[in-house]
Amino acid sequence: MAMLRPALANGRTLSDEERKYFLARRLKTVLTHAVLITFGITFMLPFVWMISSSLKPNVDIFELPVRLIPKTYRLENYIDATNAIPFWQYLWNSTYYTIFATIGAVLSNTFIAYGFARVRWRGRNVLFIIVIATMMLPFQVRMIPLYILFAKIGWLNSFLPLIVPNFFGNAFYIFLMRQFMMTLPKELDDAARIDGASEWGIFWRIAVPLSKPAILTVAIFEIIHTWHDFIGPLVYLRHPTKYTLSIGLRLYFTQYGAEWGLLMAAAAMFTIPMVIFFFFAQRSFIEGITLTGLKG
Amino acid sequence: MFKLKRDPANQPNSWRTDNLPAWGLFFVTPWIIGFLAFTVYPFFASLYFSFTNFNIINFTPRWVGLDNYVELFTADPLFWISIGNSIKYAALLLLFATVFDIFIAYLLSLNVKFLSIYRTVFFFPVLVPVVAASLTWIWILNPRFGLINGLLDLIGVKGPNWLASPNTAMLSIILIAVWGSGRQVIVYLSGFNDIPRSLYEAADIDGASGFQKFRKITLPLLSPQIFFNVVTLIIFSLQSFSEVYIMTQGGPANSTLLYAVNLYNRAFRDFAMGYASALAWIMFLLILALTLIIFKFLSGKVIYER
Repeated sequence: MAMLRPALANGRTLSDEERKYFLARRLKTVLTHAVLITFGITFMLPFVWMISSSLKPNVDIFELPVRLIPKTYRLENYIDATNAIPFWQYLWNSTYYTIFATIGAVLSNTFIAYGFARVRWRGRNVLFIIVIATMMLPFQVRMIPLYILFAKIGWLNSFLPLIVPNFFGNAFYIFLMRQFMMTLPKELDDAARIDGASEWGIFWRIAVPLSKPAILTVAIFEIIHTWHDFIGPLVYLRHPTKYTLSIGLRLYFTQYGAEWGLLMAAAAMFTIPMVIFFFFAQRSFIEGITLTGLKG
Repeated sequence: MFKLKRDPANQPNSWRTDNLPAWGLFFVTPWIIGFLAFTVYPFFASLYFSFTNFNIINFTPRWVGLDNYVELFTADPLFWISIGNSIKYAALLLLFATVFDIFIAYLLSLNVKFLSIYRTVFFFPVLVPVVAASLTWIWILNPRFGLINGLLDLIGVKGPNWLASPNTAMLSIILIAVWGSGRQVIVYLSGFNDIPRSLYEAADIDGASGFQKFRKITLPLLSPQIFFNVVTLIIFSLQSFSEVYIMTQGGPANSTLLYAVNLYNRAFRDFAMGYASALAWIMFLLILALTLIIFKFLSGKVIYER
């Protein structure tokens, strides 16, 4: 028993209570990691399975027992996937949609949030409550009239119904940016005002540069949102030349559901830009989510 | 006093209050335009459409009074099925996701090594585009060659049919949604990190048990995050559409026919725009009522000041 008892640097052996305490702490750490690793692996498995299947030749796809590490690698799946569907066209459409939707969201929401956060005027609080209230209105309520409206003005099968509304603000982003802008010290505005800056000058030269973290958060959220968006393109884009990756990939699945090698290769190519993006913007990502959650 | 109060120069932080409305409105104008065009107009149009039937060919509405609502409540079994499914989906997802995400966030808050790696792993599903994730899950849950039943096969267990069976399809889509709830882990984690360690140390000195500490310290101080996550999760899960539309289209045997899927089918598969507008309004009223109830019962229990 004495051998198991660890000695301290000064030669004193630990008492039973001390030993128990350290053992319990060690055990807790080990258990914590064991649970986290188990769940962590489970959480990553779908992605691993996606990549693994994307590298398998078709004969190995339908093979039992299942293997996570492919027996033979077939990188041509990736080339074949880009030929099986007009992959580059879809990729371009998704990129186009994402770029312009994000530009719209960043410009409009920064602008609008400034009016709610930094300028005092009568009616501001009432309007802001209305902004918040619109968050409760489900997309499904607006979907049908907007579809009919856009159909009547000939915007169907174009990106306009998806992009143009972004230039007019979004309740959630206005809320997020306002919360951030409210924390900026008022003294800055006052000092600028004394120096003769106009309201526009204060917005452009003080509020915008200082709000970079919030602007970045909105950009990140919007990039993810549009890249993932399924229901928007599903409703408005009915012509194959306009399909985004979301719509194109699902269409390919409904037509050739058994081509798992190619489907998973295409899914991987759809996912990987987001993963790369995440690793560049990780910190802002996490901070952004924290920012939104705290001010609930 | 009265005069002093009216004079903006004598109030802290109220510079030039009176001549700024023009600037305030200037900045907010884009929102007002968007609000009128993309919220107010569709809001009332949708209400009007819900009392009409649509001619599919030229999209002209014809007034039918309460017909849509009467049909919906008395003659449409899919309405009741989809309401039941959505409530079941939202309730179970809320339960599983809240318990699981708080648990994971708690473990992450214990000063673990490799925190940023773990955090990335649990957040990762959020990065996978809905369509890519849904297709991957269809393949993982393939009854014969999918990953899960393939692994079960190795230990001699015959797995269920998952998405292809009415008994397991709903559970499958709920668990997949829990997999995708990493945003909540991040929010809870930030909540845990804000709780001062000293409170637990004081409780330890007073001899509080683990459960007492959870009940009296963790839960109240985590309440803003719980409140935020619960409200957003309920609103979002009742509107849930994409994953389920891609994976099961509401099947098998309508077992995963969520409200939003049924609504979409009515509007864009059957082009029953008037009827679908009535469905949308019922959904809106349901969400409104639920949100008000939550605010009434939960917001009083939320502790913001520390």
